[in-house]
Amino acid sequence: MSGKMIKISLLLMVLAVLCSATNGERLKLATTTSLQDTGLLDLIKEKFDAKYNVSLDVVSGGTGIAIQYGERGDVDALIVHDKVRELKFIADGQGLERRCIAYNYFVVVGPKDDPAGVKGMNATQAFTAIMAKGKADPTKVKFVSRGDNSGTQAREILLWKKAGFNYTLVNNSGPWYIDSGQGMGATLNIANEKQAYTLSDISTFMAYQGNLSLVSLIGGGNDLLNVYVAMAVNPKKHPNVNCALANEFINYLVSNEGQDLIASYGKEKYGKALFSAARGNCTLIGCSDGECASPTNASCATA
Amino acid sequence: MEEIWNGLIRAAMLIATLNPQVVEITTRSLFISLSSAFFAAVICIPLGGFIEFRCFWGKGTLINAIHTLYSLPTVTVGLMVFLLISRSGPLGSLGLLFSPAGMILGQTILVSPIMTGLTITALAAVSPQIKDTAKSLGATEMQIIVTVIKEARSGVMAAVILGFGRALSEVGVAMMIGGNIRGYTRVLTTSIALETSMGNLELSMALGIILISISLVINLLLNRIRGRWI
Repeated sequence: MSGKMIKISLLLMVLAVLCSATNGERLKLATTTSLQDTGLLDLIKEKFDAKYNVSLDVVSGGTGIAIQYGERGDVDALIVHDKVRELKFIADGQGLERRCIAYNYFVVVGPKDDPAGVKGMNATQAFTAIMAKGKADPTKVKFVSRGDNSGTQAREILLWKKAGFNYTLVNNSGPWYIDSGQGMGATLNIANEKQAYTLSDISTFMAYQGNLSLVSLIGGGNDLLNVYVAMAVNPKKHPNVNCALANEFINYLVSNEGQDLIASYGKEKYGKALFSAARGNCTLIGCSDGECASPTNASCATA
Repeated sequence: MEEIWNGLIRAAMLIATLNPQVVEITTRSLFISLSSAFFAAVICIPLGGFIEFRCFWGKGTLINAIHTLYSLPTVTVGLMVFLLISRSGPLGSLGLLFSPAGMILGQTILVSPIMTGLTITALAAVSPQIKDTAKSLGATEMQIIVTVIKEARSGVMAAVILGFGRALSEVGVAMMIGGNIRGYTRVLTTSIALETSMGNLELSMALGIILISISLVINLLLNRIRGRWI
């Protein structure tokens, strides 16, 4: 094998990679693992890329790092699901506007035999029971937490607070409480392995259900409502962001086509759609008319 | 345990059918890691030469520091480069984050300590007589360095091979700097991490086997080159 052949193969590889690159614009979107793991964004990317001849680049992590990427100007838009942090993002001038695009519910999932006996309770009662029984016998009752500063974990902490517990104390109260520090898919796998309870968004749970022996025990209700919100990064703070394309993307999501896509995703594969569209449900999910399923024309001025 | 056997079969099928996604991520892995190894070699081999042949205050400390950096975790390098090239960082205007170019920068930095350090080790092992003979024949400093590097080429090649291997198999930098973006910065190692976390263990195993096979092929090639020189 001569040096010439090696050079030629290297050249071919370079060409192959370059040819797979897009010729158009790139839109960088930071999102949560609970949205990405279901595959919804892959479908949205397919349609959006084709319609606008651009490339939607999705970087997924917890809501924590997604917000960080937004604050650093490393991405053009975010889709997250933690109202408190979203409002702060906008109030700090980091984001342009909130747009509610989809919702589903969190569910408390656990082993089939329900050792903590939470079926029929509401979320806060269930958490109380799980902690009590878990502390008493950690070999039987366990809880796996995301532990990763995600939107799902933010909801978990809120539920503990509502149940009357100081989260720091809960976190350190014994081997019954397992901190996975990972995304939703990985956390569900751990809960499955340990036959433990966990809080999951219903979409990721349904997408993984085939591989799990866990069952959904508690779902629905205002406490478990999970609303996904899209925000464009403010070009006044980061003039480099592709604000126009970010606004087009958000408008695509709230358009009838986008909302139909969201509302029907998963029906074929799982028998039931994994998400509900925000359109028509604005009051239910606590989004004002302006924020909900209506297009944005926020200014992209950088000064 | 049957996942390993099933993984082998799956890997064979993916290779035989030239599965387009696998081909895409494999090509990208090779492009990024070979580029990183190349740039690192171009910088680190001469650098190793200068460090070894010059006497300067703090030389011993510098070499110790380089050896210490062998243990630098890939996520730490990833984080440091992230802070460097993030829009809010000093090199932010280059827009390198979440791109293959950024990944090449990150991996070049990652493997530089190994390449520099092992080059130094390889050169130090060359008999001082070579250096003295070259000097006595009237060689310039640069010519001496080149002569000794040629003598040590086996060891230097080993440094390059190890550097490439580290770049190809690392996850931390690729994940933090690349973002594992489908169709743009997703590589073999980040795919393995993703598929594992999704529970697709067979596919994950298959990708791992493909990565090792690629590494084997590259190393056979590099050894042929080594063989022709020696």
